[in-house]
Amino acid sequence: MGSVLSACGLNFKKEKVQGERHLRANDREFNLSFKYANNAIKTSKYNIFTFLPLNLFEQFQRLANAYFVFLLILQNRHKNDRQVNNRKVDVLIDGQLKNEKWMNVQVGDIIKLENNQFVTADLLLLSSSEPLNLIYIETAELDGETNLKVKQALTITGDLGDNIDRLAAFKGEVRCEAPNNRLDKFTGTLAVEGQTFALDNERILLRGCTLRNTEWCFGLVLFGGPDTKLMQNSGKSVFKRTSIDHLMNVLVLIIFGLLACMCTILAIGNGIWEYQQGSSFTVFLPRQEGADAALSGFLTFWSYVIILNTVVPISLYVSVEILRLGNSYYIDWDRKMYHTKSDTPAQARTTTLNEELGQIKYIFSDKTGTLTQNIMTFNRCSINGKSYGEVVDFTGQRIEITEKTEKVDFSWNSLADPKFSFHDHALVEAVKQGSTEVHAFFRLLALCHTVMPEEKTVGNLYYQAQSPDEGALVTAARNFGFVFRSRTPETISVVEMGTNTTYELLAVLDFNNVRKRMSVIVRSQEGRLTLYCKGADTIIYERLHPSCSKLMEVTTEHLNEYAGEGLRTLALAYKDLDEAEFQAWRERHHEASTALEEREEKLDAIYEEIETDLLLLGATAVEDKLQDGVPQTIEQLSKADIKIWVLTGDKQETAENIGYSCNMLREEMTEVFVVAADTAEGVREELVNARKKMCPGSPDEAPFQKSRFGSKKPKLVLDEKADGEFGLVINGHSLSYGLQKDLQLELLRTACMCQTVICCRVTPLQKAQVVELVKKYKKAVTLAIGDGANDVSMIKAAHIGVGISGQEGMQAVLSSDYSFAQFRYLQRLLLVHGRWSYLRMCKFLRYFFYKNFSFTFIHFWYGFFCGFSAQTVYDEWFITMYNLVYTALPVIGLSLFDQDVNDRWSFQYPQLYSPGQQNQYFSIKAFGKILLHSCYSSLILFFIPYAAMHDTVRDDGKDIADYQSFALLAQTCLLMVVNLQLGLDTYYWTAVNHFFLWGSLSVYFAVSFTLYSNGMFLIFTSSFPFIGTARNSLNQPNVWLTIFLTTILCVLPVVALRFLLIQLRPTINDKVRYKVRQAKAVLPPPVRRFPRRRISTRRSGYAFSHARGYGDLVTSGRFLRRPVKSRPALFPLAESPIAENSPQTYRNIGEGMPSS
Amino acid sequence: MSKPLKKISLTKLLHQNKNKWSFIKLRQFYQSLEKILKETCSYAELCTNNGHWLDYTGTEMNSSCFSCSSVKPDCVCELTFSFSQLFEGPVFFYYGLSNYYQNYRQYGVSKDANQLSGDTTYFLSPQDTCSPYQYDSSGKPIVPCGSIANSKFNDTFKLYLMVNGVKTLVPFDGKGIAWWTDYNVKYRNPATVNGSLAKAFDGTVKPPNWPKPAYELDPSDAANNGFVNQDFLVWMRRAALPNFRKLYGRITGGDYSQGLPAGNYTLQINYNYPVVNFKGTKKVIFSNVSWMGGKNEFLGLAYLVIGCLCVVMAIVMLIVYAKYKFSDDDDMQ
Repeated sequence: MGSVLSACGLNFKKEKVQGERHLRANDREFNLSFKYANNAIKTSKYNIFTFLPLNLFEQFQRLANAYFVFLLILQNRHKNDRQVNNRKVDVLIDGQLKNEKWMNVQVGDIIKLENNQFVTADLLLLSSSEPLNLIYIETAELDGETNLKVKQALTITGDLGDNIDRLAAFKGEVRCEAPNNRLDKFTGTLAVEGQTFALDNERILLRGCTLRNTEWCFGLVLFGGPDTKLMQNSGKSVFKRTSIDHLMNVLVLIIFGLLACMCTILAIGNGIWEYQQGSSFTVFLPRQEGADAALSGFLTFWSYVIILNTVVPISLYVSVEILRLGNSYYIDWDRKMYHTKSDTPAQARTTTLNEELGQIKYIFSDKTGTLTQNIMTFNRCSINGKSYGEVVDFTGQRIEITEKTEKVDFSWNSLADPKFSFHDHALVEAVKQGSTEVHAFFRLLALCHTVMPEEKTVGNLYYQAQSPDEGALVTAARNFGFVFRSRTPETISVVEMGTNTTYELLAVLDFNNVRKRMSVIVRSQEGRLTLYCKGADTIIYERLHPSCSKLMEVTTEHLNEYAGEGLRTLALAYKDLDEAEFQAWRERHHEASTALEEREEKLDAIYEEIETDLLLLGATAVEDKLQDGVPQTIEQLSKADIKIWVLTGDKQETAENIGYSCNMLREEMTEVFVVAADTAEGVREELVNARKKMCPGSPDEAPFQKSRFGSKKPKLVLDEKADGEFGLVINGHSLSYGLQKDLQLELLRTACMCQTVICCRVTPLQKAQVVELVKKYKKAVTLAIGDGANDVSMIKAAHIGVGISGQEGMQAVLSSDYSFAQFRYLQRLLLVHGRWSYLRMCKFLRYFFYKNFSFTFIHFWYGFFCGFSAQTVYDEWFITMYNLVYTALPVIGLSLFDQDVNDRWSFQYPQLYSPGQQNQYFSIKAFGKILLHSCYSSLILFFIPYAAMHDTVRDDGKDIADYQSFALLAQTCLLMVVNLQLGLDTYYWTAVNHFFLWGSLSVYFAVSFTLYSNGMFLIFTSSFPFIGTARNSLNQPNVWLTIFLTTILCVLPVVALRFLLIQLRPTINDKVRYKVRQAKAVLPPPVRRFPRRRISTRRSGYAFSHARGYGDLVTSGRFLRRPVKSRPALFPLAESPIAENSPQTYRNIGEGMPSS
Repeated sequence: MSKPLKKISLTKLLHQNKNKWSFIKLRQFYQSLEKILKETCSYAELCTNNGHWLDYTGTEMNSSCFSCSSVKPDCVCELTFSFSQLFEGPVFFYYGLSNYYQNYRQYGVSKDANQLSGDTTYFLSPQDTCSPYQYDSSGKPIVPCGSIANSKFNDTFKLYLMVNGVKTLVPFDGKGIAWWTDYNVKYRNPATVNGSLAKAFDGTVKPPNWPKPAYELDPSDAANNGFVNQDFLVWMRRAALPNFRKLYGRITGGDYSQGLPAGNYTLQINYNYPVVNFKGTKKVIFSNVSWMGGKNEFLGLAYLVIGCLCVVMAIVMLIVYAKYKFSDDDDMQ
């Protein structure tokens, strides 16, 4: 029933607040009685039944009538939803597994997930293929974190295994919390056979996660579709409208006011005229019975409402939608936004927001998957004072590494990872020559980590790393001949240059945020006891043996160099241990690790004890690979005065690092503030201090914009200027305080003064809150860009949401307005498409209003000369055809093709973007100007023909000042003027523009002659009273002289004014256009950009773990994996082009998409 | 042309009222100025501002048409004027009406295009837009129906040249004064019944203001009757503006093909058309045409003024361009 209801979109029952959830496994009837949502989702706004009412409502909001455009979007969204809803999963129904569509999954069903499948709904984990009922999931979609997470089933359910009969007979009863959006918390109980077990987040698989490295698992559906935490977190779909839409609503009101004004004036005029003149003119025009001046005025009012209604831009809405659609297609068709590798074109999923793309002021970006590729590569290393990884040519000049650069051949190593690439041959030579330091270096990398290996087939190694950095390092060691092969709680097996060795693992001194290092103590087969340590360089340096000081200096230089390139660095050190000494330490360690109180502190102290007098081996540099062109894009965008905020779930160090490597945080910045206080007061203090530093004179009270009307809307906060460039880094804790009501203004003011803002450890909801905050208090257009499910909320909240497509998972794309494959396309989307769209839209609106106002105002003036009788100036046919035929196409041509400068110049001068941000091209003020301009034009257009035709005759003495000739003259003048004005407004002439313009004029004359022809009159006598008018008046010289004079008079002042403005007050636009003309359209050759090198203070890049490592698990044996057995690969590897082409990844997990 | 006249009277008046200058005097001054201008224009000779014209409304006591201006059928009045030199031909003779709203919407739609194109099915049931001139009081359809037709201008004129004290008729050529398309396409007489146009109008009545039915408009020329009567066609082409002139006839015949010779003229007017009650005026105009159509100084003046303005603006812009030509893009980076 529920499914039927929700399929109809009529599930308004949602209003009911759901209490506790109660469900039974394998008991559909029981569960259905609660009418819980099934697993279908809906991101589209309408369906076939709700389309009409909802759409009408929205149309009413927009005063628009272009529903056909929405139909297109509707279909688009539905397609995507269908794709998700129709994914297949195995569901246990009636004692056997059936392949069912996702949307048919019900609460209480037991489903089977296989490796690399998306989790179908929010599930209670029952059992898994892995020992101890563990499973691994990737949550990148959900929170942006890339490391695998472990979930474990209850033993009672884990024992069910994959025994279908037992699973089908399972009669658990779950009571749990109502649907909510907290990703990190879950409470509930499971009752099985009278026993009750507590359920927490450890047992729950959330929709949006992906099952990794687990052959299969079974789960019980707790929440389906819209009730899942993912969908609960995604915020509601709101109907997005552009600021121009909002402005249009205001303008329409103004226009209605204007219309009422004009009609009132004319009605009063008519009343007076009737009273003074009409009453005596009855000899020739008798009145209807009972009619008097007042009634006549009243009727006239309504007559004029009909005649002058052309000021109300009804056809404008249709045209607006057409050109938005057209501009959307440009985005879809843009080959420069097509990503070949992933075969992903850019897609405008919402076709109604284009011009807003030209007005973006704030960009909120996700980090993982958006700025970065989510791929770590081992790039450089320094071993014993020698730096490797750079490619130099024969002159010693550094060569930029490109795809064509020759890669190191690892074929000598049968266990090497083929995806790994390295370009410096010297390192391989060093390894082959058997340099002890180099060997020690890689041995360390092969031993000191918490990576879990998986050998699906012999020699086919896969590493599961908790952090991508570690994976990259271990993979590097593997390729250089130190292959980490397997581990047990007590041993680590390594293949060292082809020979199998096993090390006894004695202790893992795990990583945590304070220690910022990890060590292992191993005993080699020869019995040598060694401690291997890797960690943040500053930390390691403090613990080095004095003898290393010389090496330290050289290594520091290298570290600086690496850091300057934005690489994440680690220092590596080792120490040979004395057996006796170690045994003593081991005892103390055992004591500490079993201590009941302050175990952590005690352990840290013990670790500290042994990690001294280390010998430096060298340093590694791992690149968190940015997506292509990210720094350049960010530089371009910031030149366009767009502020970029990074909102990431990652930890502070990682985020900061990326901030530096993609040029958002710069060394030249005056200061980068870090807000990391733990109390509201602390946060306030830090924010205020930062603000005072940026602008000492900044007032305590936020500078509000004076609101013109006593509106209920929150007041807008004005921009404040900072002296210098600043950056702000704020962590999740502080952010949650900052977003509280009393602090949010403070946060906003400080953040908006900074060039760059980075928020770390942000939850999906906070992302949306940040966006909402800026939206609420700033008169600015916001854009959110992200790739994962965790970005959905902010994508929905921002004015424009952009999804990075072409990767796994669809959530972000599903709720986005635009999607493309690479972050770098954002600059093309904004600086080219957005700017053009805005330009075109504004030009279109300005011109459209101009042409319609000029058209209409002439009626107004004529009213004074025809007794206010609502006599139209033009032929009725002309009135019908004016917007529909004569002027429709040229203006659409203008607004589809016009551009001030081409795309390359747009990139050359990103400053061209700023007029859009300031709303310069279309605003109330601009509207006022148009009003005046069309007023002027209409005066000319009426009174010049009036004066010229008054008392004149044809050259054969016959009539030419008759109404019909005058109408023809007036409409011809009008058409000439508006077309010439269009020509003046057109910057960019294409054949189509010419065709439309000249075509429309020719059509006008052709149609006029046709409509006024004998034939038409003879067929439809009463419909074509203008017979012969065109022939009789357009052959007169004075008619043409009048047309010419009118046109000149209308256009000359505009030309003169524009010329003077360009000379006296040139805008950035004028300047660039001038330059383009100067350059004769030859663009200076694009500057070759090399990655910018930073000469910088070193920042520790020890960011290889998000949380405490798995040291405990590794040694406790909980993680013990069964011996390697050949296991068929469930999914073909490297199906995704990303994986295929990326040089080397830590992600050694099959990349195949789940069958869907 | 009329300017010197104004100037003269103005200076005269100023001179007269030099010592008693006050607001009241100012009003008197305007009133007298108006009077002088009118008098000068109406009775002594043709007014020459914007063509050569003569007002014959007869609102002034001393106008010869004064007695006719209060409605009186078949009233005849005469105006005399003179040309001091040859008025070059071909000369067109117009009647002009002012404050006459032929462009009033309800007036404009008050006709039946089908009826006027000779479709007899519309003779018996004219369009509703013709109301109140759709049916007469006895319920008979009016043909041609509607206000426009009913209000057809029905003053007639005869022009005489005084040659040696003898009145010589100057003939008006009333043929071919309407648009070709109106005469040949838009307006058609109904098919004759038994060779008689009048029979085709059987069962209809004439518009109430008309002295004769449509088929008897021109007794002198059988072909110039019905809906294709030239005067009717001219009238039916309604004017765009409340002050308008309409062609009455050309003066092209024989002796006058070169134009109207200098001399004294008498215009005899059959005064039928009432305009006084709505403050309208009637006038007659003699005019000739140039290559670009009727005489209208506006276009020439406008082009002169705008041409001058353009030159001035061009110079201003040249100066601006030379002086302020915006510097290269230093501030662009």
